[in-house]
Amino acid sequence: MKVALFVTCLADHYFAEAGADAVRLLRHLGCEVSFPTAQTCCGQPAHNAGMAEEALEMAKHTSRVLEDAEHVVVPSGSCAAMIAKAYPALGLGGGLASRTWELGAFLRRQLGVTRLGPGLEGKRVAYHQGCHALRELGLETEPIELLEGAGAQVVDWPSATECCGFGGLFSTKMPTVSAAMADAKLDTLPYVDWVVSGDPGCLLQLSSRARRTGSDTRFRHLASVLWEAADGGA
Amino acid sequence: MEVRSRDYAALARAIIENTPDVRKAVSGATAAFDAARRQAYAEIDSEAWRRWAEGVKNHVLNHLDRYLEEAETRLLENGAKVHWAGDAQEARQIVAELALARGVRSVVKGKSMLTEEIDLNPALEERGVQVYETDLGEYILQLLDEAPSHILGPAIHRSLEDVQALFADRLGTSTDALPDDLAAAARSDLRSRFQEADMGISGGNFLVAETGTLALIENEGNIRLTTSLPRIHVALVGIEKLLPTFGDLAGFLQLTARAGTGQPIGCFVSLIHGPAREPGDDGPEEVHIVLVDNGRTNVLADEHAWETLRCVRCGACLNTCPVYKQTGGHAYGWVYSGPIGAVLDPGLLGLEQAAPLPFASSLCGACFEACPVRIPIPDLLLHWRRAAQEMGLTPVSERIALKAFSAMATHPGVYRQLGRMVPGLAGSAVVRRLPVLSGWTEYRELPEPSPRRFRDLWSEGIGE
Repeated sequence: MKVALFVTCLADHYFAEAGADAVRLLRHLGCEVSFPTAQTCCGQPAHNAGMAEEALEMAKHTSRVLEDAEHVVVPSGSCAAMIAKAYPALGLGGGLASRTWELGAFLRRQLGVTRLGPGLEGKRVAYHQGCHALRELGLETEPIELLEGAGAQVVDWPSATECCGFGGLFSTKMPTVSAAMADAKLDTLPYVDWVVSGDPGCLLQLSSRARRTGSDTRFRHLASVLWEAADGGA
Repeated sequence: MEVRSRDYAALARAIIENTPDVRKAVSGATAAFDAARRQAYAEIDSEAWRRWAEGVKNHVLNHLDRYLEEAETRLLENGAKVHWAGDAQEARQIVAELALARGVRSVVKGKSMLTEEIDLNPALEERGVQVYETDLGEYILQLLDEAPSHILGPAIHRSLEDVQALFADRLGTSTDALPDDLAAAARSDLRSRFQEADMGISGGNFLVAETGTLALIENEGNIRLTTSLPRIHVALVGIEKLLPTFGDLAGFLQLTARAGTGQPIGCFVSLIHGPAREPGDDGPEEVHIVLVDNGRTNVLADEHAWETLRCVRCGACLNTCPVYKQTGGHAYGWVYSGPIGAVLDPGLLGLEQAAPLPFASSLCGACFEACPVRIPIPDLLLHWRRAAQEMGLTPVSERIALKAFSAMATHPGVYRQLGRMVPGLAGSAVVRRLPVLSGWTEYRELPEPSPRRFRDLWSEGIGE
C-alpha cells in the first residue's frame, strides 16, 4: 500500500525520531512510504487562533502537497483531524479528508494490525487520548488495542480522556489555566513506565510541565513505542 | 454585575494562584455532576434525545415571533399579566414599578440567572425593597456578598468548611455542623422571610406557548414556595425559553435534569398557569411574566451565534469543561461562565466586552458531547475568535506572529531554511523571553528540539 507521511511541523522539529519510527513501522508492515518534502504545517495554529485567511492558505498548500497521495498517514490525531474535519468545513474538497488517517487508526482500520510483536511485554503504559483524535475522529480503542496487542499493560487512568491543557496558542495565551489542566491530569497518573500518546502537542505540554514540577515520568510517542514492539524491543 | 470579562486571564491566574480551595471545590463538585450526567445519558438513547431537543429548539427559534404571540395570548387567557422588556433597564423598571405600585417591602427570590444578568436585586434595594435569596447556594452568596459562579450550583466555589464557618458566624450553628444541619438552619432563617414577603420573584426554565405554562425545575422546594406563597409572583423569562407544546415540555424536563444533575427529573417541577382563580384559593393573587430580550434578538440575527439560544442553562458544559474546573465561574467576569458563557457572553455583551472568553478554551470538544441541545460550542468559539481577529481585539504581536508563520508555511523553501535554525533558536535567551514563549516557560520547561529534523533523517535515508 502506498502511503504519504504528513509528519506535522511539531514532529518534524521536536519528534523527528517518532516520525522516523512511523516510517520504519509502516515499511515493516509492507507499505511504500513517501514524504512529500514541500509539506509544512497543516494550518491548525492559524485556524484555532481565528486567522481564517492564513489558515485557508496553509490548508490549500497542504492539500496541494498531498493531492496525489493514495493514503496520508499523520502521527498526530490533532493534525489528522484538522485535515479530515476542518478542511472540508473550509471548503476544501477533493477527497483528501477521507484518505487521511491518524497513525494508529491507519494501522487498525486500514491494515487490520492486531499483533505487532511481543516487544512491550511487561511494560505498564498510560495512554493519553488526544481530544481531537478522541472526539473529532472517534478514536479511542485503536491505540489501546495496538499497545495491548504488543504485550503492554495499559493501566486504567481516570483522566485518560481529559484534555492535557495544550490547545496550541491557548497554552501560551492562558498559561496559568493551561498548566493547571496539565497538573490536574498528571495528579491522577498511576505508576507507569511510560505515558504514551499519538499527539506531539499533548506530549510537549505534559512532558514540559512534568519536568518543571520535578516529575521523572517518561513520555513517548505512539509511533516509537509501536516500532519498538514490532522490532522486538530493541 | 460589573462586566470584567476582559480581565479573564488575570482573574483566572489570581484564582488558581491565590485561592487553591476554589479550584479544589469546583473540581470536586463538577466531577460528581459530570459523572452523574454520563450515567444518566447512558440510561437513555441520549443521542436521539439530544437530536430531538435540538430540532425542537431550532424550530422555536426559527418561529420565535409566532410562539411569543401564542404564549402571550395563552398567558393572558390564564389570567397572568405579560410584560415585554427590551433591555435590562426596562426589565428592572417593570419589576420595580410593580413592587412600588403594590406597596411591596419584601421580596423572596428563587434562583434566576436572568435576574443576575439584569442586576435586579440592587435596583429593588435602591428603592427600599428588601430582597431575600432563598436558593441555598444563593442564600450563602447573599450572606457573603458574592456573585454566583455556576449556572446550577451558584456557590460551587465554596467548600463545606467555608459554609460551616459562615453559618457559625451568622446563624449560630456549630463549626462542624453537617450539611443537613446547615440546610435546616438556612430553612429556619428563611421561613419567616417567605411568610412576610409581598412578592416572589423567579426565573423560568421553560414557557410553553400552547398552554401558557411556566415550568420551573428545582431540588429544594424554595421555588415552589416563592411562586405560591406571596400575593404577587413575578417571573423573568428570556424570550428564547419557549417550547411549542406541553408534550415537548415532558421531554425537556427529563433531558434537562439528566444533563444538569444526572437526575431523571428534578425533585420539584412547578407548572404555573396563572393566579388563584377564586379569592381564598391557594396561589398568588397576581402572576406577572416579564419576557426579556436584552440582546437575544441580536444574537438570533447572527448567522452563527444564534445556536447559543438553544441553551437550557443546565450547566452540563461547565461540569465537563477542564478549563472551567480550574477556576470556577468568577474568572469569566460575568453571569454566564464556562463554555456556554464563552460563546453566549460575546453575543449578549458585545465581543469588545468579552473578547478573551472565546480564547479561554483548548477546543477539547467535551462541551459539545455534554450539551443536551447540541450547541456546537467548539465551532462557535472559532467563530468568535475569527470575529475578534477581524475586529483587532487580539494582541498585535499575536497576529503578526501568526501571519509570519503562515507566510513561512506557504513557502516550503523558506520553511525548510528557517526550520534548520530551530535547535539554535530554542536555546537562545532572547527567544525564551518572546511573549509567546514566556507564557510557555513561566510554567514549563522549554522542550528540546530534535537534534536532526525528521526531513534531515528522511533525506539521509531512514533505516535503508
